[in-house]
Amino acid sequence: MMIPLKVEKRLAPSRTAGFLVPFISLLLALVFGGVILLVAGANPLTTYKAMFLGAFGSKYSLSETMVKAIPLMLCGLGVSIAFRMLFWNIGAEGQLAVGGIAAAGVALFWADGLPEALLLPTMFVASFVAGALWGLVPALLKAFIRVNEIITTLMMNYIAILWVEYLFYGPWKDPAGYGFPGTAQFPEAAWLPRLPGTRVHLGLTFGIVAAVFIWLVMGRTKWGYEIRVIGENPRAASYAGISLMRNIILVMILSGGLAGLAGMAEVSGISHRLQKGLTVGYGYTAIIVAWLGKLNPWGVLLVAILLAGLLVGGDQIQITMQLPAAVALILQGAILFFMLGGELFTRYRLRLEWMPAEQALSPPPIGGRGSEP
Amino acid sequence: MSLITSVLSLLFTPTTLAVTIRGGTSLLYATLGEIFTERSGILNLGVEGMMIMGAVTGFAAAFRTGDVWAGVITGTVVGGLLALIHAFLTITLRADQTVSGLALTLFGSGLASFLGQRLGPGGTPLVGQIGPKFEKLPIPGLSAIPFFGQALFQQDVLVYAIYLLVPLAWYFLYKTRPGLHLRAVGENPQTADAMGVNVAGIRYLYTIVGGMLVGLGGAHLSLAYTPGWTEGMTAGRGWIAIALVIFATWDPVRAVVGAVLFGAINAVQLRLQAQGTTIPAAFLNMMPYVFTILVLVVITWWEAFSRRVGAPAALGLPYVREEKG
Repeated sequence: MMIPLKVEKRLAPSRTAGFLVPFISLLLALVFGGVILLVAGANPLTTYKAMFLGAFGSKYSLSETMVKAIPLMLCGLGVSIAFRMLFWNIGAEGQLAVGGIAAAGVALFWADGLPEALLLPTMFVASFVAGALWGLVPALLKAFIRVNEIITTLMMNYIAILWVEYLFYGPWKDPAGYGFPGTAQFPEAAWLPRLPGTRVHLGLTFGIVAAVFIWLVMGRTKWGYEIRVIGENPRAASYAGISLMRNIILVMILSGGLAGLAGMAEVSGISHRLQKGLTVGYGYTAIIVAWLGKLNPWGVLLVAILLAGLLVGGDQIQITMQLPAAVALILQGAILFFMLGGELFTRYRLRLEWMPAEQALSPPPIGGRGSEP
Repeated sequence: MSLITSVLSLLFTPTTLAVTIRGGTSLLYATLGEIFTERSGILNLGVEGMMIMGAVTGFAAAFRTGDVWAGVITGTVVGGLLALIHAFLTITLRADQTVSGLALTLFGSGLASFLGQRLGPGGTPLVGQIGPKFEKLPIPGLSAIPFFGQALFQQDVLVYAIYLLVPLAWYFLYKTRPGLHLRAVGENPQTADAMGVNVAGIRYLYTIVGGMLVGLGGAHLSLAYTPGWTEGMTAGRGWIAIALVIFATWDPVRAVVGAVLFGAINAVQLRLQAQGTTIPAAFLNMMPYVFTILVLVVITWWEAFSRRVGAPAALGLPYVREEKG
C-alpha cells in the first residue's frame, strides 16, 4: 500500500456514510472545480452563484433545467438497468441518436399516410424499437460470443452519430433550408405537447412512467429478481438456472429502447426537426446519472434534474461570463470521482496503518491479557 | 472487386503507407500504455480522456514555449497524473475499475474542452492556432530505399522512437525480472505477494507508466499527425486502443499489427476523401468504428474457438491481502 491506510470491511454498509457521502462528494467536487476556475482566472464563488441561479433561479431557468432533465432521465434509467446486471451499456448516446432518426423518419415521411392522432404514438414506438435494435447488436454479440460490450456499445455511438450527420447533411436535408444542416420542420401533429409558456414537454411523463415501470419490475417481478441476482453474483445466477443470454437481450431491449425514447423526446419535443445538436453528450452524462443515483429509479430521476441543472448552469456562464460550458462536464466528472472514492467509507472502515490495529482486530488470546481489565 | 483493387492501389503508395504509420503511431503509444497497465491487473478505461488531455496540454505547452519537446513532456506527464487518480481510486480506495475509468474519460474530455477554450493567447481558444510541430527527419541512407524508405524512414522522431520502444517493451515484459513481476501481479497477485513482490506498488507504477504513454500518444496527435488542436480530436482513438489491446492479446509486438491495420484504414479513408469519391464522407468516417467491432468479434470468436485467453487472469479484480484469522 502506497499510503499507510488500513482498510477493514464493515459487516453491513454504513447508513450514515451512505447518506453523507453524496453530499460530501458534491462539496469536494465544487472545491476541486473551484481550484480549476481560480487557475483559469475566474472567481469560483461568483461562477457557482451564476450557475446555480442560471439553473434554478427563475421559472424560466427551472423549466430549462427540466427540459435537459428529460433525456437524462430516460437515458439514465436505461443505462442503470443494464448496469444493474453489470452489462456496461456505454451506448446510450448512439441509442438516443437512432431513436431520434426513427422519430424524424416517421414524422417526415409517414405524416401524410397516418391519421394525426396516430402520428405521435407511431413515432414513440419507432424510436423505442430503433434504440432497442441499436442496443441489441452489442447485446447479441455479448450473449453469444462474449464480445466486450463496453467497446461495441461505444463504437456504435460514433456510427449512430455519423448516420445522423449523413441524413441531415444528405438525403434528408431540408431543400428549402438555405443549406442549413437539418431536415425540414415536422408537421405540428408530430410535436410533443408542451407545458404552456415553457419548453417542458410530454417527454417528462415518459421519464416518470419509465421510473415507475423499472421500480415495479425490479422490486416486484421474477425478471427483476433475476437481474439483481446476475448483478450481485453471476455464478450463483447460473447455478440457479437463470439464463444470462436471455436477460442480456431483454435488458438491452429495454435499456436501448428507453434511450431511443430520449431521442424522440429531443426531436419531437424540442427541435421539431433532426439537426446538429441532437447528440450533445446526454448518453454519457447518463452514466454519471445512473451511478450517482445508485442505479435506483427514484435516485436516477433526482440526479437527472440536478445534473441537468449543472448543464444549464454551464450554458449560462458561457453566455454571461464567457466561461466555457465545459465547466459543467469537469464538475460532473469530479463528482463521480469523489463519489467513487467515498463509497469506500460506506463499505469499509479506515484507519492509518501505524495505529495499533492488533487489539481491535484479533480476539484476545484465551487466558491471556484479554481476561484482565 | 473494383473497390477492393482501388483501395489496394491506394494503400500501396509510399505516401499512404507513410500516413498509415504516422497515424498508427499515436494509436500504438496508447495501446502499449494500456497493455502495461492491464498487464498489472488494472483495467483503465480512461484512455480516451488521458489521450485527449495529452493532445490539448501537449499542444498548448508547445504553443506557449515554442518548443515541441516541452509539449511532449507536458502531454506525457499529464497522462501520468490522470492515471494516478485512477490508481488511487482503484488500488488504494478499491473503487470499481470500470466506473473509475469511465469517470476518467468523461472528466478528461470535459477538462480538455475547457482548456482548449482557455489556453490560447490571452485566454482565447486554442482552436485554429498554429504552433510548433514535429518536422519529418529523413534518416540518411535508409530513407533512400525505394518505396519503403519514404514510408518508414521519412518520419518524425516520435515514430522512430516507437520503432525502438516496441522491441524494448517486448524484451522488458518477457525477458527481464521486473517484467516477470509485472506479469505475475496481473496473473496471480496472491502468489506474487507471497513471493515478496509489492503488488500495490507495481500496480501504481504501471498504471502511471501506461497513462504517460497514452498521454504521449495524444501529444503525437496534436504535434505531429494532425498538428494543432481541434475539439474532440482523438475521435474515439482511446477506445480503439483498448480494443487493440484485446486484439493484440496483451502483446506489444502484436499491437503493431493492429495499429498498422487501423492506421491504414484511416489513411485509405482520408485518401478517398481527398480524391473525391461518391461514397459520402460520413460512411468513410464510420470505417474505423465498424472495423473495430468486426475485429473484436473475430478475435473474440477465435479465442473462444482456440480456447486461448490472453487476458491477465486478475484483470479488473482488486487485490486484497487475506487477513489472518
